[in-house]
Amino acid sequence: MNLRAAPNFRAVWAIYRVEMARAFRTVLQSIISPVISTSLYFVVFGSAIGSRITEIDGIAYGAFIVPGLMMLSLLTQSISNASFAIYFPKFVGSIYELLSAPVSYLEIIIAYVGGAATKSVMLGLIILATAALFVPLRIEHPFWMIAFLVLTAVTFSLFGFIIGIWAKTFEQLQLVPLLIVTPLTFLGGSFYSIHMLPGIWKTITLFNPVVYLISGFRWSFYGKADVSVGVSLGMTVMFLAICIAIVAWIFKTGYRLRN
Amino acid sequence: MSSIISISGVTKTYATGFKALKEINLDIERGEIFALLGPNGAGKTTLISIVCGIVNRSSGTVTVDGHDIGRDYRAARSLIGLVPQELTIDAFETVWATVNYSRGLFGKAPNAAFVEKVLRDLSLWDKKDSKAITLSGGMKRRLMIAKALSHEPRVLFLDEPTAGVDVELRQDMWAMVRRLREDGVTIILTTHYIEEAEAMADRVGVINKGEIILVEGKAELMRKLGRKQMNLELRAPLAAVPDGLSHYSLELSDDGNQLTYTYDNQSDRPGVASLIRDLEAAGVQFRDLDTKNSSLEEIFVNLLRQEP
Repeated sequence: MNLRAAPNFRAVWAIYRVEMARAFRTVLQSIISPVISTSLYFVVFGSAIGSRITEIDGIAYGAFIVPGLMMLSLLTQSISNASFAIYFPKFVGSIYELLSAPVSYLEIIIAYVGGAATKSVMLGLIILATAALFVPLRIEHPFWMIAFLVLTAVTFSLFGFIIGIWAKTFEQLQLVPLLIVTPLTFLGGSFYSIHMLPGIWKTITLFNPVVYLISGFRWSFYGKADVSVGVSLGMTVMFLAICIAIVAWIFKTGYRLRN
Repeated sequence: MSSIISISGVTKTYATGFKALKEINLDIERGEIFALLGPNGAGKTTLISIVCGIVNRSSGTVTVDGHDIGRDYRAARSLIGLVPQELTIDAFETVWATVNYSRGLFGKAPNAAFVEKVLRDLSLWDKKDSKAITLSGGMKRRLMIAKALSHEPRVLFLDEPTAGVDVELRQDMWAMVRRLREDGVTIILTTHYIEEAEAMADRVGVINKGEIILVEGKAELMRKLGRKQMNLELRAPLAAVPDGLSHYSLELSDDGNQLTYTYDNQSDRPGVASLIRDLEAAGVQFRDLDTKNSSLEEIFVNLLRQEP
């Protein structure tokens, strides 16, 4: 085998490192702000509202919302991290270097998505630690908790990467997270069980993909789920597969990267 | 094999239908400095972008040191350093980080000593811990060059390297390009500043409207297309060119004080010596004379004028 045709691991590492460095440079935005907003959620939802709801499915309300809160941040941060990471070099023009480098599309994806996913997994764990200060937590299936965490982080980092490539303006970059992802997450059972919804809404909710993510994730904590865990896992993997397919198509056609 | 880059039958039509390149054939020789000249929008940057892998070609093949830029893109691209026209750097990275990033991106093992040398050569060493955003325009330009040189390329593309660059930096850059050539690096620069090509290039290619209209050694180009002019300052103004001198097609200035004779090196027109003899015979006396070669710029303008 021609040595020069070997994978360019150094490039993957170089990109990954720059992405991680960016997170630590913007530590306030990347880490402190989610901690603050999580704490606020606990004050508002956990204490103020939670004192009236007390428990859902036998779980104290404060503890019940933890997996949903983690997912909420995981989804939005994965998308914004990955979309910004690829949009920014496109915007300032420094992407020329990436395109002219001896790196494959797969390596570009691994580096950028890996960087974005690492950051959001770290963020998820920080939120978990913050939450543990407010409510007693238990994790019944730690393996599946980590699996859902990583799978979701990777899937939505990929999704963010796609948005970053598609977006031509900063407005478009914000559009999808703001108009689609945030509403879907709020309506996806972060703060309630979908069984609490009236009939028709329960059915409509089942079309919301985020429901499956949150439900599966919550199961890994408390062993209780809105939908069966197999379905949750299946939906998450399907999501991942769709994103991979779109990314493969983008790279095959050079869509919005190479003219 | 003497050519390091071989471009054959390359065309580019953008999605908008704009035909940026019409069938380009071009060979760049190993170790030369090649200047690609052309007006704005001629296709210079498109051509470079194709060779470097930033823009997809519509048809044709390009090889870099025998490696096809499509099939064998890793080998081809790892040989090339590119300094684009625009100053596009991640503003929040430090000089040191961004140059090392470039090296890693091109698959080279870390080598702090080499990166230090590159930065020192470009007078950026004392800025190594500064963020790119704090650098002046000239320093940013040098940083772009440092990034391109960080991975020890064998071919260096400089796209409009001295656009908007002050005289001192321009001299520095030319000196750097010559040093690189001594190390065996092939350099391709695009420019619409002719003096840049004139000062540095071994060969000149002229591109216009997506077509290479001429590739020639600079010296041959000057010899072939270069024209010479002789100006004579007269002692006394003339009302008209004397009849005996009409076959020289002399031009007389409006005030009658200066005669200009234009000739080219290969011309069958009579030489300067006979003109001077004939002037004497006609009783025209002159105070001073000077001759000059036409610059590449004039050659270039003439070439483009001849284009249909």
